[in-house]
Amino acid sequence: MILRRRSTRTAALLAALALLAGAAVLSVGVGAHTIAPAQVLRAVLWPGDSADHLVVRDIRLPRAALAVAVGAALAVAGALVQVLTRNPLAEPGILGVTAGAGFAVTLGAAAGVAGGAPLELGVAVLGAAAAAALVGSVGHGSPLRLVLTGVALSSVLAGISLGLRLLLPEVFDRYRFWAVGSLAGREQAETAPALLVIGVGVGCALLLGRQLNAVSLGEDTAAGLGVRVAPVRAAAFLLVTVLAGAATALAGPILFVGLIVPHLVRPLAGASVPWLTAFAAAVGPVLLLLADVGSRLLLPTGELPVAIVTALLGGPVLIWAVRR
Amino acid sequence: MTALVLRRGGLSLRVRRRTLVLAAALLLAAAALAVAGLCYGPTWAGPDRVYEALSGAPGGPHVVIREWRLPRVLAGFVFGAALGAAGAVFQNLTRNPMGSPDVIGLDAGAYTGALVALTVLAGTPTQLTAASVLGGLAAAAVVYLLALRGGVSGLRLVVIGIAANATLSAVNSWIVLRADLDIAIAAVGWSAGSLNGVDWADLGVPFAVIAVLLALLAARSRAVLQASLGDDLAVATGIRLERLRLELVLIGVGCTATVTAVAGPVAFIALAAPQIGRRLAAAPGVPLLPAALVGAVLLQGADLAAQALLAPVALPVGVVTTAIGGCYLLWLLAREVRRTPASRSRP
Repeated sequence: MILRRRSTRTAALLAALALLAGAAVLSVGVGAHTIAPAQVLRAVLWPGDSADHLVVRDIRLPRAALAVAVGAALAVAGALVQVLTRNPLAEPGILGVTAGAGFAVTLGAAAGVAGGAPLELGVAVLGAAAAAALVGSVGHGSPLRLVLTGVALSSVLAGISLGLRLLLPEVFDRYRFWAVGSLAGREQAETAPALLVIGVGVGCALLLGRQLNAVSLGEDTAAGLGVRVAPVRAAAFLLVTVLAGAATALAGPILFVGLIVPHLVRPLAGASVPWLTAFAAAVGPVLLLLADVGSRLLLPTGELPVAIVTALLGGPVLIWAVRR
Repeated sequence: MTALVLRRGGLSLRVRRRTLVLAAALLLAAAALAVAGLCYGPTWAGPDRVYEALSGAPGGPHVVIREWRLPRVLAGFVFGAALGAAGAVFQNLTRNPMGSPDVIGLDAGAYTGALVALTVLAGTPTQLTAASVLGGLAAAAVVYLLALRGGVSGLRLVVIGIAANATLSAVNSWIVLRADLDIAIAAVGWSAGSLNGVDWADLGVPFAVIAVLLALLAARSRAVLQASLGDDLAVATGIRLERLRLELVLIGVGCTATVTAVAGPVAFIALAAPQIGRRLAAAPGVPLLPAALVGAVLLQGADLAAQALLAPVALPVGVVTTAIGGCYLLWLLAREVRRTPASRSRP
C-alpha cells in the first residue's frame, strides 16, 4: 500500500500527529505513580500546586519533551542518511555516528572539558561529524561495507569508552544512565540548547527535502533539474551529524530509531523525501515515547534504559521491514 | 610449487605451502603469547619459574601458575580457535564477511540460554553448555527461517541477524536486570565476554566438546572448500549440500555456544579472525585452519591486553576483542579502499 495522493498523505500525517499527542499524554501519565489522562491535561492547561501537577510539570513533561526531541532527531537523521547513501540499512546508530558522538562526550568528560550543556553539545556534534566522515571515507562504495565499517567503529569506540569509565569511575558517575542510552535522570539537566538545535535541525531537514528528492534521482538528473548536488549533500550530511550528535548528547547512544522509523513510514511517503522526513519527524517521537513508557513498566522496580526497549521493539520491526 | 601433497595409502592431503608456513607462524605466536600469559600477573614470574611450575614443582607461586594462569591461557587458545572456526563456518555458509555468529545473534542467543540456565536452573557447567547450545541453535533456526522466504540472500540474512542480535541482547539485559542481585553480578561479569576467574573446574566439559566439534569440522574441511565453489559445482562434485550445511550449522553453533557458556559473548573474534586469516593466507574463500589459529592468537593477545591495560582493574576480554578486532577490520577496509579505489561493486 503506497499512498500517492496528497490529501491521503496529509490525512496520514495528521493521524500520526494525533498518535503523537496520545503517546505524549500516555507517557506523562504512566510511571511509578500513575496519573489519569484527564488529570494530565488539567495539569498542562491549568497548572496548580498539587503533587500530581508538580510531578507532571517538573519530571514527566520535561522527560516527554526529551523523548519527542530525541525521537524526532534520530528518525529524521535516519531518513536523511538512508536517502544520502541510498542504503536502506543506513542509520546513525548502525553507521557509528551515534557512537562517535557518545565517545566524544565520554572523552570530553574524561579530559574535564565537557562542563556545560552547550559545550557538551558541541563536542557531541564534532564527534558525530568525525565518525561520519571516517565511516563515509572508509566504507563508501557498497552498502555492506558501509555497515561493516560502522559496526566496527562503534564497537571500537564502545570498548574504549567502557575502559575510560572503568578507569575514572567518579567522573562518569553522572553519565551512568546516559552511557547505555536512557532518558532517566536527565529531567533536571540543562537541555534547552540541544532541544533548540534539534528543532532547528528538523526544520532545516524539512526545507531541504525537495532538493534531496532531486538528488535521490541520481546526480545527473539532479544537475539537470538545476539542483547543485554537492552543497545539498553537504548540508544533509551536516544535518545528520548535528541531529545525531544533539540526540546523543541528550540521551546517550540509542540505536535503531533511525532505522525503524523510515522503514515504517516509507509506505506512507512513497519515494518523496519531504514526506519521508515529515512522517519520520512525527512517528519517531511516538516510537521513543512508547519505548520510554515501556522502560518504566518492564521492571517490577526501577527502570530499564530506553535504549534496551528500542532494541527490543526495533529488532522485530526491522525483521518485518526486511522481509516485506 | 605452491602446494604440498601428502599421500599415504588411500589418503591424500593437499596443503598450500603458504598456509603451512602461516600455520607454523601462528602457532609460534600463540606459544609466545602463552608463555607471556603464564609469566604475567600481579607478580611477574620469569620463564624459568614457569618451566618449574609446569614440570610440577610445589610451592605457592607455582600453584598460582598451574591452577590460575594455565587454565586461563589454555582457555584463551581453545576458545579463540573455536570462535575463529565458527566464524569461518558461518562466513562460508552465508558467503558474507558479516555473516559471523556474533553479528547475526547466535552468541546473544547462546547467552540467553546460559542466562536462563543460571537464573532458572542450578547453573552447573553441563547445564550451562547444554542451555547455551540450545539457545544458539534456536537463534540460528529463527534467523534462518526468517531469512528463508524469498531465498536466503546474504544481505537479508545479515540484516535479520543484526536485528535478532539486538533484540536478544536487549532481552539479556532485561533478564540480568530482573535477576536476583548475586546472579546479576555474576552475569554482568561475563555479559561483555570475560575470561576472568576461569579455572579447571569450568573447562573440562567445554574443552571436550570443542575438541570433538573441531575434529568433526576438520573432517569436513574439503567439502567446505568444494561447497564454496558454488552450489552447482559442489553438487556436481558429489557434495550433499543440504546435509553438509546442517552439519556445519550444528558444529558452528556448538563451538560458539560452548565458548559463550563459559566466557560470555566474546564478540568480534568470530567476525575478524576469518577475514584476517583469509588475507594472511591469501586464500580464495574463507579457509578454516587460518581462521581458527588467528582466532586463538587474537583471543590470547586480547586477554593479555585486558589484564595489562588498566592493570589493577581487569577488563572483560570482550571489550578488548571488540576494540582490537574493530580497529583491524577498519584498517583492512581502509586499505582495500586505497588499493582499489575503482572497485565500487565489491562487497
